[in-house]
Amino acid sequence: MELQQKLEILADAAKYDASCASSGAARKDSRGGKGVGSTGGAGICHSYAPDGRCISLLKVLLTNACLYDCHYCINRRSSNVQRARFTPDEVVQLTLDFYKRNYIEGLFLSSGIIRSADYTMELVIDVARKLREEHHFRGYIHLKTIPEASPSLIELAGRYADRISINIELPTQEGLTKLAPEKNLARTQDAMGHIRNKIDERHADNRKPGAPKPLPFATGQSTQMIVGADDSSDAVILRRADVLYGNYHLRRVYYSGFSPIPEPSLLLPIKAPPLVREHRLYQADWLLRFYGFSVDEITTDAVPNLDLHLDPKLAWALRNRAVFPADVNKASRESLLRVPGLGVRNVNRILSARRYTRLRLADLLRLRVPMKKVMPFIITADHNPARLGLDDEALRARFLPPPRQAELDFDTPTAAASDIDSVRTGEM
Amino acid sequence: MRTVIIEPVFESWRQSARNLLALRVPPSDVLWCEDAQEPTLFGLENETLPRVAVPNVPSAFLDMARSVASHTDARRWSVLYRVLWRLTHGEERHLLAISTDSDMRQVQLWCKAIGRDIHKMHAFVRFRLVGNDEITGREQFVAWFEPEYRIVRLGAGFFEKRFAGMDWSILTPHECVHWDGSAMHFTPGVPRSAAPDDDALDGLWRTYYRSIFNPARLKVRAMQAEMPKKYWKNLPEASVIAELIAESGGRVEKMLTTESRPAKPAPKNAYLDSLRKMNTLASPSLPSTKGS
Ligand code: SF4
Repeated sequence: MELQQKLEILADAAKYDASCASSGAARKDSRGGKGVGSTGGAGICHSYAPDGRCISLLKVLLTNACLYDCHYCINRRSSNVQRARFTPDEVVQLTLDFYKRNYIEGLFLSSGIIRSADYTMELVIDVARKLREEHHFRGYIHLKTIPEASPSLIELAGRYADRISINIELPTQEGLTKLAPEKNLARTQDAMGHIRNKIDERHADNRKPGAPKPLPFATGQSTQMIVGADDSSDAVILRRADVLYGNYHLRRVYYSGFSPIPEPSLLLPIKAPPLVREHRLYQADWLLRFYGFSVDEITTDAVPNLDLHLDPKLAWALRNRAVFPADVNKASRESLLRVPGLGVRNVNRILSARRYTRLRLADLLRLRVPMKKVMPFIITADHNPARLGLDDEALRARFLPPPRQAELDFDTPTAAASDIDSVRTGEM
Repeated sequence: MRTVIIEPVFESWRQSARNLLALRVPPSDVLWCEDAQEPTLFGLENETLPRVAVPNVPSAFLDMARSVASHTDARRWSVLYRVLWRLTHGEERHLLAISTDSDMRQVQLWCKAIGRDIHKMHAFVRFRLVGNDEITGREQFVAWFEPEYRIVRLGAGFFEKRFAGMDWSILTPHECVHWDGSAMHFTPGVPRSAAPDDDALDGLWRTYYRSIFNPARLKVRAMQAEMPKKYWKNLPEASVIAELIAESGGRVEKMLTTESRPAKPAPKNAYLDSLRKMNTLASPSLPSTKGS
């Protein structure tokens, strides 16, 4: 098979993995070396596809042949998709060729599982080893690992990679049992725990003086959850994410709205979830990580799913009007972060500026704060929301899209999946 | 009112600003003009006013000013001087902390525009292989890029770090930068025709771009917000965008009407057997989450 045809098949097979981050690697570059490559700081999106997603890495599978039968996946053994397999050298050469033309930040390599977990891991690691050792490649490498692979192989993968990841796929074991019968939540989390320990070891600064430096290891791990393939509520998804952040220190959990695939399985819903659900989950995820919210504040037992019409911070504020208004000139950082329309960066600017000046509405306007959104929730030197005289009904109505446009509005929150810009800054 | 003519570069502004500051000339008395050919410190040399020592300014301000200098807005020199004046003679030492101030905000917005332009240069430069150096054997690449502002110098360091192991040139209409493995050199701008049009790998790159696109999630506006059309003419992959968009509806339709496939039985495989055995053994303890 021609290289071009392999690339066509094996990139197509990889595109359902939402993760494309190339940020957060240790700082390294090619000066004084024999090859090319640099990492560190925020990754770069070198292109965007018409699906709005960032293209930052060469994201391919080594092979799309697979022993497993995950029903949401086009590569499952029951699918009749055409199969292909790269040789390790082909991937190495493609990565270098693309990198030198500045098409990409590096490689994201994953693979269908052939023969056994260890056998597959060894093939994947071989590509990374060749890039690093034979070609002195210092660009970004993200390796997908298999939870059932031997710990020693996962460690080896971590030595060559900047990031490693294992996909959790679904938030509950029941979901996995039904849709991904070979996968097991506990085993996946055990493997994540092992990776976390390795990452912690590398970064521990309490090593005894004179002790040998730990071997290099990836700086972070991430995972992906598929949304809408099983009937898990947003509450269940977010609680799982919370466990992953809390216990395993994941850098990122990616949410990938299940989308129709060319080889559909009988077990799957015909209708994909609205794209905006995925977007709301990303927003909720930001609230958990950077805005001091807990899962139980964002979703409730009575309403376990996020409101598709309102961003989750606004929805929370409407349920908790009693804690507002917040005085922009006095309120704590924590309170300001909870104001709908104020993102982390603008909260920092406000905290810094108000030490020297009393803030007025015009000041916020200059920061490009969305005024219509914040005004009901804040006090400034020249504004008190009491004068807007909004009751709960009127306030909610203020933020709902006009009924006729509701459907159309669903494709406006577009930046969700491209984690580089809006999702990175998390301004909401 | 005095007119100060400077070359439109940071160093030229900085020199004049220092002089003006030493002479205690307030911002409202200065008219800043740009002229690349005949910069003169009009009247400043034989100034009779008493000079004062120029106070130190925070290095963060100089970094900002260096970046703003690459912008094209004609007001930037006077706004920068006003901020400088307020920081020093104006006794507003913490002005940099006040993003809500109109001058500061303006400076920050200019910085942001420059930062974005540099970022897009790092993202959208496309190198084309033109040959190998006869003596060193190093691969030689040339790229053509059209930045919005004069950012070649600000953005070049990134390429030096990343592509130290190959020889490269980035050509732009204003200025070009070249790397030979030991140092960067800057030369004047050139026309588009000086750069090669394509590369043998462009076809494979387009193949990748096609395959990684998911037609079931068409979001053209999101793409254009990050990759505005003005860059498309120099991106090899952009030529297939229109056709990908046009085909996407039909491709999704086909997926939705394909008959679902039943599961195939598991093949005989020792590894799958071992997995099944593991799955039936008691699961290791899970940090539990509340049920649905
Ligand atoms: S293990 Fe499952 S998700 Fe991964 S390639 Fe195989 S079938 Fe697809």
